Amino acid sequence: MSKDERRIGVYICHCGSNIAGTVDVAEVTKFAAGLDSVVVARDYKFVCSDPGQELIKQDIKEHGLNRVVVASCSPRMHEVTFRRVCQEAGLNPYLYEMANIREHCSWITEDHGEATEKAKALVSAAVMKVYYHEPLETKEVPVKPNVLIVGGGIAGSQAALEIADSEHQVYLVEREPSIGGHMAQLDKTFPTLDCSSCILTPKMSSVGSHPYIKLLTYSEVEEVSGYVGNFKVKIRKKARYVDEDKCTACGVCMEKCPYKADSEFEAGLAKRKAIYIPFPQAVPNVPVIDRELCVYFKTGKCRACEKFCEAGAVNFEQEDQIVEVEVGAIILSTGYNAFDPSPITQYGYKRFDNVLTGLEFERLCSAVGPTSGKIVLKDGTEPESVAIIHCVGSRDENYHKYCSRVCCMYGLKFSHLIKEKTDAEVYQMYIDMRCFGKGYEEFYQRLSEEGVNFVRGKVAEVTDRPINEEEQGKLIVVAEDTLLGKIIRVPVDMVILCTALEPQPDAEAVARLFSVTRSADGFFLERHPKLDPVATTTDGVFVVGCCQGPKDIPDTVAQASAAAARALAMISKGKVESEAATSVIDEELCAGCKTCIMLCPYSAISFDEEEKVSRINEALCKGCGVCAAACPGGAITSRHFTTEEITAEIEGVLV
Amino acid sequence: MQAVSPYRDAVDIILEEGGDPLKLCYQCGLCSGTCPWNLVRSFPVRRMIHEAQLGVVDFEDEDVWTCVACRFCVQRCPRGVAVPDIMRALRRVIVEVGTGKVPDSLRLTMKNISGVGNPLGEPQEKRTDWAKDLEVKTYTKGTEILYFPCCLQVYDPSFQRVARATVNILKKANVDFGILDGSLVCCGESVRKAGAESIFQNLAQTNINLFNETGVSKIVVTSPHCYNTFKNEYPGFGGNFEVIHFSQYLPQLIREGRLKFTKELNKKVTYHDSCCLGRYAGIYDEPRQVLGSIPGLEMVEMRDYRENSLCCGGCAGRLWMETKKGERFSDLRIEQAIEAGASIVAVACPYCMLNFEDSVLTTGKSELLEIRDISELVQEAI
Repeated sequence: MSKDERRIGVYICHCGSNIAGTVDVAEVTKFAAGLDSVVVARDYKFVCSDPGQELIKQDIKEHGLNRVVVASCSPRMHEVTFRRVCQEAGLNPYLYEMANIREHCSWITEDHGEATEKAKALVSAAVMKVYYHEPLETKEVPVKPNVLIVGGGIAGSQAALEIADSEHQVYLVEREPSIGGHMAQLDKTFPTLDCSSCILTPKMSSVGSHPYIKLLTYSEVEEVSGYVGNFKVKIRKKARYVDEDKCTACGVCMEKCPYKADSEFEAGLAKRKAIYIPFPQAVPNVPVIDRELCVYFKTGKCRACEKFCEAGAVNFEQEDQIVEVEVGAIILSTGYNAFDPSPITQYGYKRFDNVLTGLEFERLCSAVGPTSGKIVLKDGTEPESVAIIHCVGSRDENYHKYCSRVCCMYGLKFSHLIKEKTDAEVYQMYIDMRCFGKGYEEFYQRLSEEGVNFVRGKVAEVTDRPINEEEQGKLIVVAEDTLLGKIIRVPVDMVILCTALEPQPDAEAVARLFSVTRSADGFFLERHPKLDPVATTTDGVFVVGCCQGPKDIPDTVAQASAAAARALAMISKGKVESEAATSVIDEELCAGCKTCIMLCPYSAISFDEEEKVSRINEALCKGCGVCAAACPGGAITSRHFTTEEITAEIEGVLV
Repeated sequence: MQAVSPYRDAVDIILEEGGDPLKLCYQCGLCSGTCPWNLVRSFPVRRMIHEAQLGVVDFEDEDVWTCVACRFCVQRCPRGVAVPDIMRALRRVIVEVGTGKVPDSLRLTMKNISGVGNPLGEPQEKRTDWAKDLEVKTYTKGTEILYFPCCLQVYDPSFQRVARATVNILKKANVDFGILDGSLVCCGESVRKAGAESIFQNLAQTNINLFNETGVSKIVVTSPHCYNTFKNEYPGFGGNFEVIHFSQYLPQLIREGRLKFTKELNKKVTYHDSCCLGRYAGIYDEPRQVLGSIPGLEMVEMRDYRENSLCCGGCAGRLWMETKKGERFSDLRIEQAIEAGASIVAVACPYCMLNFEDSVLTTGKSELLEIRDISELVQEAI
């Protein structure tokens, strides 16, 4: 056997019936065996299984294989597995090639004959390509031992605490003046009915005082560069106009400030001042001046807050600061936006006083909310009847196709709170009750016992036009009770809309900033829905909580801990392997036109002014190949995707 | 207890006849709750869809013929289920397979349309009689526009006024247009929605062949029913034409200065959005633009308008069926118009016009309310 002789082994996977149900694997194996340089070709039930892997290792040893092709699923699934198998058998992992005959063939081709022919073509292409593969070496890159977390709701706070408790530095960036997110706005939480603040605020204050957490509130990430293990992040810390170190949170500034706006925290049900702390338990407990509202910024006059601040903490000269950090991993926990139901005009939100959203009702129930926890109508009286409308903006292709996953349960929770605090009749207007979590079905049963009325049907309209005496002065909720098969009109005093959870309005920009992708519904996309639910397609960037999809608090917290574990595994190992399939510049051929430098998405190419040539930093290069494709002089080679390899692959597929 | 068994063959036939949206329905009942029939009686839309899903349809039930295809439910349906398409499929099964009985009045109309090409059973050769004294040229190759009035506007003496007004306006604006003779037939919209698919396809083919033979490329219509059929359904049978509803064409003529208003029309007018022009075609603004530009005319809106407009009750073959007094949407719509303070209801659809004129007469409101087509009002002011 000469040094240059190619000895290729080909393995055709049945993937149970996923491939073998459509593709004639025996025929493909026979075909593969006849290809040039193929020494052995086998088909096997599951090549990825232990015995399957063992088969390859044995063949490498017994038949002296120096190239391996596995025809099975997507490389995203098992390329890593089979590269490792090669390595364990003493073969360079890059002397391996994968033919995807599942996603690209058996799953999408109905005709068995056509599928078999396509599988042959894909196998032939892989064999021809692997013939030219060269051994490549990966390098190890050190990892910065700290983590950036973006978004300080329950998801970000939980992840931050998990990581910080292991004594690794966390930078927690929050856009709002306080951490806490939506959970801070909630009154009680299902199904155990513990008070949201009671369980959240201890975590918030731990975050605020943790020696390993650097909290950056009222701040936003502006720029991200670098790569897994070595991200460089630029954060804008917006001017609060209040010195955090001097402020004693005495609150005098807020008393004296003459200007008011709707409080975001109170969902518009109460006012706040131009200088304000969003809510009493805010972390940090330091006010911020709303530049848009403050009269001093508009007219140059007032400064009442400054005059009355004994600590001298108000500082109108404060400017935005840019903070730069270097981190090994990033966790995105940017949360959700509550759907605005006003486009569903037939539900009367903003038209009728007593049609509220779920978040508004949460504030109404809260003991520290605008009504001190009294459930009352706009006129201050107690409602005699309340309708809770499910699926507002969810499960509806006019708005959001997906189920928001929390509304059934918070709808039930609302009925409990109403029953507890008032004598009102409660009507749940639902389509399907989805009470899937631990203790959820039991909670549903408990509410049934409390005497809540369940009406199965999507509400057609909420109207104030009565058709009889009983409906006078009421809001009438019209729906078909699909179990009765009759249209019913329920006269109530208050209507609560269980509004959808939707992606943040700037989710697209954030996705671009951190190079993560989004699913069709607009939420950030995980790498694998089952087996890699917190990672993204960008190494070192993780997603948790509602920015990845609607979820309840238990799921969010579990996911946050999972992401913390993943990030910790990466940073505590201290190193990551860099991509071996990088690009390389032939300096003899480089004309110094800098086209590649402009195109490189990873800023991996720099220009040597003395030699007048471009140079690639292999630690930064991800092997995307843009430079190789664009180089007008053909001076750049993309390793593992050389012209020779790609031409051979094309020839192979055309067989 | 009466037990029923699912009958998959029935489901397959319904799906085959175009009831595909059936599969999507998740039985929330929004359609039943939204349906305008609720204003006058109950109509179990959701239940019928579920029956169709399982194949336990009662083809003898007269409710198979109830849906007016107004699309109010479709507009709001969370799964985008085209309910009228399902109802149409059920009717096709009755008409084509014979699983039930077609209501008598509807059968007569189908017979007329299939026999002489128009619902009124009038002789085909009289199709252009309405225009005899107007000196309208016959459409020939090279003429810019074919004007295609609705059968009602052609044959019914009380609605010919719309076709005549349209011609007068087109002439005044120096539009190069023509009409075609008696070999044309009804667009076929209502028979298709009533389930008579083969009759529809014959009609469509007749018109398409004629249009193609005479080199027609641009058609102006004064019925939104013709509009949708030509625009959205004829392409499936090889008929690709530019189709314009007259209420869309008028703003263009006004904008280009080819039509100038010279008289004031000091009336309070409300515009009724027909389902076929509004919810089907999304044309809400143009008719209002035209009316709004007539000097002196004051526009008022009814309680339900634009996307939420109340159907006249005439679509999907219902125009040809008797609707009991007390169950007529048009009666309610007339009340809404009076409530809005209008003295004229402007329409852009012959079916709405017929239903409203009938309601005004039978409810004794002729003193209070006039029903006029947009083209008539424009004609008066130029």
